[in-house]
Amino acid sequence: MSVNISVRNAVKRYGAVTIIPDLSIEIKDKEFFTLLGPSGCGKTTLLRMIAGFNTIEGGEFYFNETCINEMEVSKRNIGMVFQNYAIFPHYTVQQNVEFGLKNRRLSRDEIKNATREFLELMQIQEYHDRMPERLSGGQQQRVALARALVIKPDVLLMDEPLSNLDAKLRLEMRQAIRNLQKEVGITTVYVTHDQEEAMAISDRIAVMKDGVIQHVGTPQEIYHRPANIFVATFIGRTNLLNAHYSAANKSIQLDDFSFPMENIAASEEGPVVLSIRPEDFTMSKEDSGGIKSTITDSIFLGLNTHFMVALPGGQEIEIIHESVLDLDFKSGDRVYLTIKVDKINVFSEDGNRNLSRDV
Amino acid sequence: MSNIMRRKKLDVWSLVTFIVLGLYVLFLIYPLFNLLAQSVVDKKTGAFTMAYFIKFFSKPYYFNTLLNSFKVTFAVTLLTVLLGTPLAYFFTRFEIRGKGFLRVLIILSSMSAPFIGAYSWILLLGRNGVITQFFRESMGIQFPSIYGFTGILVVLTLQLYPLIFLYITGALKNVDNSLLEAAENLGCSGFRRFRIIVIPLILPTLFAGGLLVFMRSLADFGTPMLIGEGFRTFPVTIFNEFISELGGDDGFAAAISIIAIIITTFIFLIQRYLSTRKTFTMNSMNKIRPIKATGLTKVLIHIYSYGLIGLSIMPQFYIFYTSFKKVNGTTFVPGYSFGSYATAFDRVGRAITNTLLIPGVSLVIIVFFAAFIAYITVRRRNVFTGIADTVSMVPYIIPGSVVGITLLIAFNKPPILLSGTMLIMVIGLVLRRLPYTIRSSVAVLQQIPLNIEEAAQSLGASKLKTFYKITMPMMAAGLVAGAILSWVTMISELATAILLYTGRTKTLTVEIYTQIIRGNYGIAAALSTILAVLTVTSLLIFNKISGSSEISM
Repeated sequence: MSVNISVRNAVKRYGAVTIIPDLSIEIKDKEFFTLLGPSGCGKTTLLRMIAGFNTIEGGEFYFNETCINEMEVSKRNIGMVFQNYAIFPHYTVQQNVEFGLKNRRLSRDEIKNATREFLELMQIQEYHDRMPERLSGGQQQRVALARALVIKPDVLLMDEPLSNLDAKLRLEMRQAIRNLQKEVGITTVYVTHDQEEAMAISDRIAVMKDGVIQHVGTPQEIYHRPANIFVATFIGRTNLLNAHYSAANKSIQLDDFSFPMENIAASEEGPVVLSIRPEDFTMSKEDSGGIKSTITDSIFLGLNTHFMVALPGGQEIEIIHESVLDLDFKSGDRVYLTIKVDKINVFSEDGNRNLSRDV
Repeated sequence: MSNIMRRKKLDVWSLVTFIVLGLYVLFLIYPLFNLLAQSVVDKKTGAFTMAYFIKFFSKPYYFNTLLNSFKVTFAVTLLTVLLGTPLAYFFTRFEIRGKGFLRVLIILSSMSAPFIGAYSWILLLGRNGVITQFFRESMGIQFPSIYGFTGILVVLTLQLYPLIFLYITGALKNVDNSLLEAAENLGCSGFRRFRIIVIPLILPTLFAGGLLVFMRSLADFGTPMLIGEGFRTFPVTIFNEFISELGGDDGFAAAISIIAIIITTFIFLIQRYLSTRKTFTMNSMNKIRPIKATGLTKVLIHIYSYGLIGLSIMPQFYIFYTSFKKVNGTTFVPGYSFGSYATAFDRVGRAITNTLLIPGVSLVIIVFFAAFIAYITVRRRNVFTGIADTVSMVPYIIPGSVVGITLLIAFNKPPILLSGTMLIMVIGLVLRRLPYTIRSSVAVLQQIPLNIEEAAQSLGASKLKTFYKITMPMMAAGLVAGAILSWVTMISELATAILLYTGRTKTLTVEIYTQIIRGNYGIAAALSTILAVLTVTSLLIFNKISGSSEISM
């Protein structure tokens, strides 16, 4: 069985400090849902409220139609994977995985079979009688996953499970977790501060800041049409440029360069902020109607090369181009920039609203 | 809503908290208030009186004992710091021949009861001591008297400097070697570097160790009793006033006890204030590695280490030696025998079983309570567990003889009549030793990530089950190691036991003390040796379990 999780007007306070003022989300059945945000944004706090480790100062938490606010941790039927794995150091791999089953008073055979099944699923059967101290980080991670899933939980909760692994193993486990979640078909809430990891693994992402959800959407939605400037800068890299929107001509004035902009819902006129991702500029030596700019620096990073470019009005931007064999752009060069206008996001001056029509 | 939340918090740990608090109220808070009441109430009229306090401060006979105690305690504290700190630094910084063996000797010399050391020094340097006699008869040199201030100073210093050594050795482990190298690189080395870099870094530990020495020295009863003679310190006065054959004066003893508690509290608060202001967070990436000393440095370091440690272990060895000497009546005669042991086993009756039983029972209680209290104070922080934490530390600053008197006055009449029972001795030991065991359990528990317990709960284990299936087993090694050290301290405890014992509950230390007072030095030596064997065995088990030679008090 799997469930949808519903959080309505959740409040979390520590003494006088409010961590989460008023938060509501709906997490769908079998969905891989990620809470993403900088440290201190309240994402782990929210996860631990769902798990039952934190008290709830206000609002209701539901698994399907059941309110879980007052339910003991041990009765919630959740599987939890911790940042440090929290493997019981005095138990073997097998005993760790069996622990939850034994608390459920299953028969000896059921315990044995279920344990074997998940040890095999996680490919750690051969280590079953090892003590945790003799396992590598990745193996401990697999034990933690097996232990969390073997009890057939209604919900799987993961708190930055990959942050203690090295970069290569992180990619491998990321894929393993993704595949496993689809295979078992379990509603999953995943916490991370790594935006690339979140995009790679999630069905939907909630971007959080200061205890408030800024944007909920698929990875594509939050990357291409971020709800506000915080989301635009937190997910991927972007250039923020001050510009002016003229409702009459439906055009944007950037310094002394202007271009048409149809995709704006608002009718108001005035200063706006453009968010243009570094890959959405094209540079050219020839003047074909682009913005006349100067390259001030370039950094070669293998696959791509990053260019720092000064606009005529003095604003500095970053442009990413695929690296080429013959470096044809260098510092001091005069270049002409064109913009992929349909990918631009236009924000209100305070940065809180995306004015694009298709948001 | 908030009402519901409040009810939810009342779990099994709330129950534990209230049981712990209830027991402390019964066995510590109530007796202390009772003590206070006794000290200000006239026995006959039942009216309020300050007569006992006035008596103490107006008569030099009593008041001087306080001054004496302070004189000798400050001197001991200063001297232990001056002797123990360099020794710890040498042990950390330099290669010393036979270091492991020396370390064992240091620990051994600190683990025996101080009064046994005092008695041994009397045998060596007293009026008829072997060394005194040797010099007097062969060279006509008269040694200065070992009795009085000097004697107490020598005995307690040699007994207590190992505490400073252990504390400082621990602190130096946290000092990063790069700090020393950086200092040297900037042109600061040798003693100057020790003074301006190392000392400030270990200062908080030095204060903590100093406090422990101060408290132990101030509260020590056996040493001044045996070797102090005319130099009376106030644990001796408390004891005499309370136990006096001519109708001991409860009220006066209570008043002196209250004065003692006020003073130790004051000292404790000063130490706290000083060390919190000077604490540094250090994380030693590369520890200080011992280097080879050369030339004169090497010679001096070895002389210092072997000299000091030799001196402090000498009393132990001498007692061991005399336990095999032939005895005629109460005097040693030439020749060797097991006679002392035979007489000892013949006469001590239940002392040995009591020494195993009373601290044994106390130990079990201590381990469970320490685990519970550590758990509630670390994992369930709230007002009540905070109170439990503070209250549990109170006995740390109460001298052992005061603990004894406090319990006796509180429980010597119905409804709770405990005086003369084994239970009251157990309570005394538990109260005195719990603070140490709680501290070490807290340290152990803080090393265990909270996540482990959350994981167990998320897998369906109840709170109690989580505690005994996950937390307790993970704490076990640390708990047992701490328990063995408690055990060693308890079997050599005298100050509380001497007040609480009766014929049936006599312990080894009380028996040894009695035999020394009676002049049966052979039996005393034999019993002391048995006690030492018990101690050494316990320490060996400790090493086996903790897997290291690290000992913290």
